[in-house]
Amino acid sequence: MASGPRRPVRSARSLAMLRAREVAITWMLRICAFSAIAGLLLIIVFVFREALPVLLDPETQKEAGLRHFFATTMWQPVGDVPKYGLAPLFLGTLKVVISAMAFAVPIGVGAAVFSSEFSPPRLRELLKPAIEVLAGIPSVVLGFFALIVMASWVQAATGATSRLNALNAGAALALGVLPTIFTVSEDALRAVPRSFREASLALGASPWQTAWHVTLPAAGAGVAAGVLLGLARAVGETMIVLMASGNAAMISGSLFDSVRTFSASIAAELAEVVFGSPHYSTLFFLGALLFLVTFVINVGAGLFVERLRRRLSGA
Amino acid sequence: MKRILPFVMSLALAVSLGASAARAGRGITIKGSDTMVIMVQRWAEAYMGSHPGAIVQVTGGGSGTGIAALINGTTDICMASRPMKEDEKRKLRDRYQTMGVETSVAKDGLSVYVREQNPVKELSIPQLRDIYTGSVRNWKQVGGSDAPITLYGRENSSGTYVYFKDNVLLGKDYAASCQTLPGTAAVVNAVAKDPNGIGYGGAAYARGVREVAVRKDAKAPAIAPSPESVKDGSYPITRYLFLYTRVRPAGDVKKFVDWVLSPEGQALTTKVGYFPVR
Repeated sequence: MASGPRRPVRSARSLAMLRAREVAITWMLRICAFSAIAGLLLIIVFVFREALPVLLDPETQKEAGLRHFFATTMWQPVGDVPKYGLAPLFLGTLKVVISAMAFAVPIGVGAAVFSSEFSPPRLRELLKPAIEVLAGIPSVVLGFFALIVMASWVQAATGATSRLNALNAGAALALGVLPTIFTVSEDALRAVPRSFREASLALGASPWQTAWHVTLPAAGAGVAAGVLLGLARAVGETMIVLMASGNAAMISGSLFDSVRTFSASIAAELAEVVFGSPHYSTLFFLGALLFLVTFVINVGAGLFVERLRRRLSGA
Repeated sequence: MKRILPFVMSLALAVSLGASAARAGRGITIKGSDTMVIMVQRWAEAYMGSHPGAIVQVTGGGSGTGIAALINGTTDICMASRPMKEDEKRKLRDRYQTMGVETSVAKDGLSVYVREQNPVKELSIPQLRDIYTGSVRNWKQVGGSDAPITLYGRENSSGTYVYFKDNVLLGKDYAASCQTLPGTAAVVNAVAKDPNGIGYGGAAYARGVREVAVRKDAKAPAIAPSPESVKDGSYPITRYLFLYTRVRPAGDVKKFVDWVLSPEGQALTTKVGYFPVR
């Protein structure tokens, strides 16, 4: 039985201590994992609980109930007759998100296609880190840049009367959203097996035809996931729009007018409200709304990633 | 590394606990109006200089923020550029069985800014009301060039916003197109960059813009905001700046408030652009 090196003999007590240490460490790691989940649950419970008076409390509903949100087109919650119309905020969020995605999706997906299909390796090594640096820029810095520099460019290029408008906020937001779309799309495109491209080229297709008709559709679910993640970020982004959009709660179709988004309203107004007032509950209602929207978008993105993985590994 | 880490962590914990224990119970916190924050910070610095050992912490955020903090119990003193509203007083009474104690500590004029090149030099209060509620949209309707008026204002957490709404707009709503900016300095900056802009804010902040002379109505003389016109009340848009406490000031808080109302403290108001109340 004694064929290997002799192991040191441990007493029964030191063995028990070793086991106890293992159990303790495993429990500490378990607590770390669960506190992350607990934190998330606490946030959800708190936000929804503070938003409930809008739906359930008759006292709050006299001033800020669901019908007030749709009955008026003015958002002036501070005053003798408070007005809680959500339409200008909804329209503002829509304008900013649409203009941001209109910039970010073509540029992001285009850059991803270039990086994975056409670019020489050395250029790719420059492009990917550069876009990752863009991802690392804090959103308050992007907002400040948009407020001071970009707004003047946009005004000079378009002749708009307002320096701070939906287009300015959308362009700045696109800068913030671009890295997400680029990174996820590029990873999806690189995950497409080489055999797809080789088969297409062997059949006589040009590199662009291959990229557009074979590789991009194959990675389609991944690119869609990237776009959805970018969309979730665009909807929830606060600091950039707070600084770059002018924050005027107006209803207009023009991209050159100032807009006010849900997230900027919460950020600007939550500091003022007294606990428990209808204004307070309304702002939490907006927060709950934003949470639901981004949650749905993120779940959708997750489903798309699953589909991509199944398709690429199966085929 | 394995041996040192637990020691370093317990040391950090001990230091932070000790620091917070030392801080608690000796400092005064003041929160509220961005209009008053610079002046109150100067007061705090001068007070701490002449009273070694005293700690005064000053934060801005808007009059509404400060009053909310007073009601929530997270500050000792609140600085406000507008009087407390009825429902704020009611909330304070529900929570602390007190109506709050108001102390006027300075006087301020609310200026209306336009860019220096703007030909309009005088406006009446009814005209300001029409401009800010959106009934008048073009500068030529008030004597300027033919250009649309761009409105700049403050966020609704600001006491300046509420004061302007109550006293100049007489309770009417601001026009939906009014862009909201986070502080008077931001308003001045925006108006300085925009040839068609108009903005309002505390008289202390005007740099690079012109302050418009205001007349009470179409027949009254137009008065420009200046130390004399604000002090004697001839400038039509003047207001008091307040410090609110939950109960009559006592202890450290009383010492600070008394110092603020002393000749030494009141002299500092003019250095920041406001006016003494005594």
